[in-house]
Amino acid sequence: MFDRESLKKLEQEKIRWESTTVKKVTEKTPERYEKFLTGSNLEVNRLYTPLDVQEMDYMRDLGFPGEYPFTRGIQPTMYRGRLWTMRQYAGFGTAEESNKRYKYLLSQGQTGLSVAFDLPTQIGYDSDHPLAQGEVGKVGVAIDSLKDMETLFDEIPLDKVSTSMTINAPAAILLAMYIAVAEKQGVSPDKLSGTIQNDILKEYVARGTYIFPPEPSMRLITDIFEFCSKHVPKWNTISISGYHIREAGATAVQEVAFTLANGIAYVEAAIKAGLDVDEFAPRLSFFFNAHNDLLEEVAKFRAARRLWAKIMKERFKAKNPKSMMLRFHTQTAGSTLTAQQPDNNIVRVTIQALAAVLGGTQSLHTNSRDEALALPTEESVRIALRTQQIIAYESGVTETIDPLAGSYYVEHLTNLIEQKAMEYINKIDELGGAPKAIEKGYIQQEIQESAYRYQQEVESGRRIVVGVNKFQIEEEPPKNLLKVDPEVERIQKEKLSQLKATRDNLAVKNALEELTKKAASSDNLMPAIITCVKTYATLGEICDALRRVFGEYKATVSF
Amino acid sequence: MQEGQTIRVLIAKPGLDGHDRGAKVIARALRDAGMEVIYTGLRQTPEQIVEAAIQEDVDVIGLSILSGAHNVLFPRVMELLKERGVDDILVIGGGVIPHEDIPYLKECGIAEIFTPGTPISQIIDFIKNNVKK
Repeated sequence: MFDRESLKKLEQEKIRWESTTVKKVTEKTPERYEKFLTGSNLEVNRLYTPLDVQEMDYMRDLGFPGEYPFTRGIQPTMYRGRLWTMRQYAGFGTAEESNKRYKYLLSQGQTGLSVAFDLPTQIGYDSDHPLAQGEVGKVGVAIDSLKDMETLFDEIPLDKVSTSMTINAPAAILLAMYIAVAEKQGVSPDKLSGTIQNDILKEYVARGTYIFPPEPSMRLITDIFEFCSKHVPKWNTISISGYHIREAGATAVQEVAFTLANGIAYVEAAIKAGLDVDEFAPRLSFFFNAHNDLLEEVAKFRAARRLWAKIMKERFKAKNPKSMMLRFHTQTAGSTLTAQQPDNNIVRVTIQALAAVLGGTQSLHTNSRDEALALPTEESVRIALRTQQIIAYESGVTETIDPLAGSYYVEHLTNLIEQKAMEYINKIDELGGAPKAIEKGYIQQEIQESAYRYQQEVESGRRIVVGVNKFQIEEEPPKNLLKVDPEVERIQKEKLSQLKATRDNLAVKNALEELTKKAASSDNLMPAIITCVKTYATLGEICDALRRVFGEYKATVSF
Repeated sequence: MQEGQTIRVLIAKPGLDGHDRGAKVIARALRDAGMEVIYTGLRQTPEQIVEAAIQEDVDVIGLSILSGAHNVLFPRVMELLKERGVDDILVIGGGVIPHEDIPYLKECGIAEIFTPGTPISQIIDFIKNNVKK
C-alpha cells in the first residue's frame, strides 16, 4: 500500500520526531508507564504509522464487505441494510415467569429471544433430582418436559421470532422440544430460525455444564448438524463460544485461538461423520465476548473473521463463501462488572457494546448493571437494551461499514491478534487438536495463567478497576435486587409428579428404550429424541436413557 | 494455630455452577501465600465437601458459588459438619452473593462472605487471623 521511498522517509521523520519533539516533553514529564499494554497484555506503542502496516495488501488482507476474507464484515451493506439483532439473554424461575419477561422484551423493541436455562436443565437433571436442590429456576428457567416448553413460548409465534438457546450437553433435547412446540403452533421445522449453543468443548474448558464424555458428545453434535441440514435449514446448529473462555480469564488472543481451534474440531468431526463441508459449515455460528479495551476488541473481531475465512478456505477447502463467513453473537463482559458502584457498569457496557458494533457483530446482548450482585431487575435490563438502541440510532457508527479500518493501530492489532492466535492453533494441532489439548489440560492451564496474572495486576494496582482498587467510596448495600422465588422448586416438582401421573407412561418407556438402543447404534439420534419429547418424557429421563450408553464425563482438576 | 504449622485449605464448589475462575485464582493465591490447598473441582454435594474436608484434615473450607443456591447449600455444609462433630474448621464463602443474604449465612456459622472485588490479601489475612486449630 505504501511505496518504499516514502516509507523510508517516514522512518527517518519518525526518528527525528522522537529525538526532538517527543524527547523535549518526556524529559520534563515522563510517560505514565514505561510499557503500555492492552487489556490482554499486548504491548502498545506511543504511535502507529504506515510503518506498522507496511506489509498490508488491501485486497488480500481486507477486501470488501461480504467478500473473502470478510475482514470488513460479512454482509455487503452491514448495518446500513439491517441493524444487528438485539437479543437479551433472559430466563428465570418458572416457564410462566420467563414467558412474561420475553413478551415484555419483545414489546420493548427487542428483536430476538435468548433463553437462559437453569443449571439442572443444562446438566440434564429434572427439578426433583437431589443435585437440583437449591438450583431450580435460579440462573435461568427450569424446563423438565415439553409441557414447560409449551408454556415458555405460549403466544410467541415461532415463525416470527428467532430464538437462541444457551444449551449445550442436552442441546438435541431442547431443540427437539422447540420443534415439537412449533409443530403444535402449526409451524414446520423449515420455518424455524434460531441458535442452540451446542458447544461442548468449551464446557470442558471453561463453563462446566457437561454431561457425557467427549466422544458421544461430539456424535450428538454431528447428528444435529446432519438433521438440521435436512429439516431445519435456517437453524444455527452451534454457537462456537469464546465468551466463556474469555470470562474464565483468557486474553483476547486466547479467546480467538481456543474458539477457532474448537471450531476446527467440530468441522473435522462432521467431515469424519461423512458430511460435506459446504453442507453444514454455513450454519456454524460463533459467540464472542466484548471487553473494555475498545480498539483491541474491534481488532479481535476483525482478526477472528479473517482467520476463520482462511481456515475454511485453505484448510477445509470450502467452496461456498457462506462456509467461510464467521457470523457471531456478542455479549458484553460479565467479568468486568463490579459490585462496587454498580451504576458505573452502564458505562462499561456501553464501551463494550460499541466495540461489538464497530467489530461487526450480528447480534448483541448487553449486560445489566446489577449482574455482579444478582440476576438483573426489569429496570436494569431496560437500560441495557436502551444502551444498544442509543448506539444503533444516535451514535452514527452504523452509517458506514467497518469505520475503524485503515487505522494504523487497529490494522496492526488485527494482524497481531491473528498471528498470535494462529501460533496457538498450530500448537494445538501439534498436541493433536482441541479435544486432545483439552484432555491434556493445556488449554485450561493457559487460561488459568492469564486469569491469575490479571488478578495479580489488579491486586498490585498496575491495572485499575474504577471503584474497586481506585476511586472507592463508602456505599450503602444495594437494594431492589431480583429475588427468585424459592417456591419455584416446589412448583416444578409438583408439575413433574402431575405430569408423570397423567401422561402415557407406556409410550414414554418404549420411546426411552428405543432411544437407548439407537444410542448404542450409529444412527442419527434426533428422530428418536423427538419421539421421546412428544411422549412428555422428561429431560432427566431422556438424558438418563443416553447416560446408560454414553456414561458421564469426569473432569480432571488443576489450578 | 501453632507457629510454623502450614494451614490446610479445601476450596470447594458446591452445587452445579461451572464458574470456577474465582475458586482457582483463590486456590492458587493461597498456595502462593504458603498454604496447602486442595480444590475439589465442580459439582460437589455438601456431603462430598464435608467428607473431603474431614479426610484431608483441613483447617479451612472455602466455598465458592455463583448460581444463587448459597442459601440452601452453605447452611447444609454447616449442618453436616455439626452432625460429624466438627467445630474446628473455619468456613468462609465467596461468589455472587447479595448483601442481604449475608447475615443469615453468618448465623448458620459461615465465618465470612467475600463478594466480588475483595482483594485476595484481605482473604489471606482473614484466614490467618481466624483459623481455629
